[in-house]
Parts: sequence; structure tokens; C-alpha cells
Amino acid sequence: MDTLLSSEGDSQRTQYPYVTGTSVIGFKYKDGILMAADMGGSYGSTIRYKSVERLKQVGKHSLIGASGEISDFQEILKYLDELILHDNMWDDGNSLGPKEVHNYLTRVMYNRRNKFDPLWNSLIIGGVKNGHKYLGSVGMIGVHFEDDHVATGFGNHLARPILREEWRADLTFEEGVKLLEKCMRNLLYRDRSAVNKLQIAKITEEGLTVSQPYSLKTFWNFAAFENPTVGATGSW
Amino acid sequence: MFRNQYDTDVTTWSPQGRLFQVEYAMEAVKQGSAAIGLRSNTHVVLACVNKANSELSSHQRKIFKVDDHIGVAIAGLTADGRVLSRYMRSECINYGYTYEAPLPVGRLVVQLADKAQVCTQRSWKRPYGVGLLVAGLDESGAHLYYNCPSGNYFEYQAFAIGSRSQAAKTYLERKFEKFTESSRDELVKDALFAIRETLQGEKLTSSVCTVAVIGVGEAFDILDQETVQALINEFEISGEDATVNESAAEQAGGDAGGAAPDQGGAAAEAAAPMDI
Repeated sequence: MDTLLSSEGDSQRTQYPYVTGTSVIGFKYKDGILMAADMGGSYGSTIRYKSVERLKQVGKHSLIGASGEISDFQEILKYLDELILHDNMWDDGNSLGPKEVHNYLTRVMYNRRNKFDPLWNSLIIGGVKNGHKYLGSVGMIGVHFEDDHVATGFGNHLARPILREEWRADLTFEEGVKLLEKCMRNLLYRDRSAVNKLQIAKITEEGLTVSQPYSLKTFWNFAAFENPTVGATGSW
Repeated sequence: MFRNQYDTDVTTWSPQGRLFQVEYAMEAVKQGSAAIGLRSNTHVVLACVNKANSELSSHQRKIFKVDDHIGVAIAGLTADGRVLSRYMRSECINYGYTYEAPLPVGRLVVQLADKAQVCTQRSWKRPYGVGLLVAGLDESGAHLYYNCPSGNYFEYQAFAIGSRSQAAKTYLERKFEKFTESSRDELVKDALFAIRETLQGEKLTSSVCTVAVIGVGEAFDILDQETVQALINEFEISGEDATVNESAAEQAGGDAGGAAPDQGGAAAEAAAPMDI
């Protein structure tokens, strides 16, 4: 009886993701949190869907951005919906803030990981409650932490270094957007799953706004692209 | 008279629309030794009378820490109180584990009340015979709640339960308007005075009472005996003066005489105690 290694539950377990979103970047700024993600949903190496919203509101105080399996993100949104619903049903003036949502999701992700059936996502949760800014990250194996700037996937390799150099706690909204766009442009050049259609979300004590989708201007007039074959013998 | 016909189990209504078993449970609270609570904007103080059965025994614990930000004082069946305290601690820990944040007091109180209500609607259960004064702090400030065996709960600025609590309530009614702005020490002093009222002229010492405080920046904690005695001495609350004895003696007579007519009166009128 091989029930220990391969039970009937096996067919339910996540083995690999199918439709995935790429990086999400987020950081704290003067008035709250700024987050950006593109709207691509890749099916392996095909960029299959180009209008996937990967930044969503959670309750009154929080914003969640997800990369990884889109269907698992949709499942998480349903869990969060139920969580916020029950929170509201108490009708007592208390409400779950970004810290509570982050920790709730950490418990969910870690518990699924322990069952060898993970929700294949890397999540960023940010928000402001009672003047207090919060930004945290949690992944499919349950690793979680808080920081002033976080990213998922390729964002960790391509965006974080920029943020380490240029992030400041007192960034204005305009400065923050410019910094986000700089990071997203870098990802657009170098991440093959990135698409040039992104949304930026900002959350402050007053509330959340998600921008309309828009595209970044890119620059391809580099000398190396003008005449790519010149010096072709090992020109790298 | 009709009371005896409809009081066999909790799931039987009386013709007047009362559940006598629940009312009997509330009597049990009145028989327990006094517990009082009072709150300001930033602090809540719980105090209770702790009398040991005999010189040989220790006294029963009536105040329990539920979490850093919540504490409870009980009156009535202490065993029931202990069980409910354990439930409250469990709820706080589970919430803290999932959300890394303290359970809002108001929500714990509602959960407690719903738990008590279940026992008023199952034929194989009995109501909890304990009243709980829940003191806590959350985002919206300091709170004091009273949870009843009936499943009702109320928020209070100050309240007293248990035997001779009316004396304490009278004292608190005179003073409660200034509690909102009181300092921590003034609150503790008022708590000790209120406890003294229930002792009917008996000397107030730290061996007959327990005091606990919770406040902004101060986790729930039970004050130790020396601290309490020092406060009693400082405020000169031991209660040896004549005026207190007189009014306390009146109170005792009034209480004993009032108890029987009260019950009879209540049975005749429409309002059941749990509805107030």
C-alpha cells in the first residue's frame, strides 16, 4: 500500500502553474504604499492574456498584488472576500488591517505548503491603517516578511537593486511613480514574461486608487541594436 | 407559585414568557462574592472580594488574565467562570496566531454571549452560573463589559456584581461621571472604596480583596498584596469610621428585606431580569 507516497489526493495537488503573472513591485512612500504590476497572463512561453488585473483591494485598508498562478490568485481573492465579509458582519467598528491580512494569508500559504498542495503565488500586501504604513510579502512556501520595499519574482533581481539605491521614505507620489516606472521599464526590457501594459495602485489613509492601464515608452536606439551583426565574432 | 411548574428545564417557557432556569442562573451570580469594574478613557480596573472559606484554606481566584489586553472578574459558580476564562484565553490565542493582532474585546464579548445563549436553548444543557466583568483595551479605547448567564452583554462605565453589590453600585453611581477623565490611581482608589462598601463595615485589607489594572501601555496585571495594602493605607480606605458602618448596616437590612419582595414583585410584573 503506497498510500503514504501517492494517495488519492495526488491528483488534486498542484504540480506546476499554468497561467502565470510576472513581477509585482511595491514600496512605501510619504502618504502610503505604491504598487505596480503589468497585466500579462502567460501560458508557458506564450503571452496569452493581456488584461489580467493583478492588483486588488482587500477591505478598507489593504491592497494585494500577486504573481504566479492566476487561478490560485482568484481562489485567494475568494478567501479574502469571505474574510472581509465576516469582518464586516461583526458591525462593530473594528476592521482587519493590512498586517492582519498579511498574517492570515501567511497561515493559509504555509498550511497549503505543508499539505504539498501550495497556492502557487508570491503575494505582496500593503496598506495604511490609523496612520501606520504596512508592506509585507508572502510566498508559496509560507516565507513572509515586512520591508520598506518588496518585489516578487524577477522584480527581486531587477527592481530591488534600483530601489536599494533610490528609495527614500519621504518620496512624493510623483517621485514614487517615476521610480516605479523606472523599475517596470527595466523589467519590460529584461523579463520575457513582461508585457507593456501596466497598472499602478496607491493606497493611503484616505483609500485606494488603481490607475487605468497604460504603456511605458521604451527606447531601442542603442548602438548595439542599430547594426547588430557588426563585429559578430563574439561581440557579446 | 407558578414558578415551580415551568422551571424544570431551560427549554420550557413560563406563561409570562420567562425562562426560569436562566433567571435562577442569574441568582447564582448574585450569591457569589462581589466583583466590581470601572473604566476611564485609558484604563480599566477590576476588583473583587476574596473571602476564604476558613482560615485553613486559600481563597478562590476570581480574576483571570485572558490576554495582555483583556482580563475578567467573575461572580457566581467559580468553576463555570474558570471554564469560560479558558475559552476566552483560547480565542485570544487563536486570533493572535492567525492575525498577529489582539482580539478586539467587543468581539470576544459577543462570542462569549453567543456561547452562553446556546446553553439557554438546549434541553441537555444548563446555563453558566457565572457573571463576567470583562475589562479590555482595543483600537477604540478602554472597555468594560458585563456578560450575563442569559447571553446578554452590556457595556458599562462602572458596574458591580455579586452579593452586596448594590452598595458598591450606589457608590459608583455617585462617582461615575468623573471616571472618564480619571487617572489610573484615582480609578484604583475608587475601586477600593467601592469594594469597601460591599464589606459592610468590615475592615478592608489586602487579604480580603484582589485588584487588577489594564491600561494604555500597561498589560493586564493583578496587583500584589503589598501594593494593594499600601494603596489602602495611602487612601485610608480601611473603613473604620462610624458613618460607613451605619449606612452599611442599613444596606444589609435593606438587602435582606428587599430580596424576598423583589423576587415576588418581579414574578408578578412583566419584566424579567434578563431583559433589563
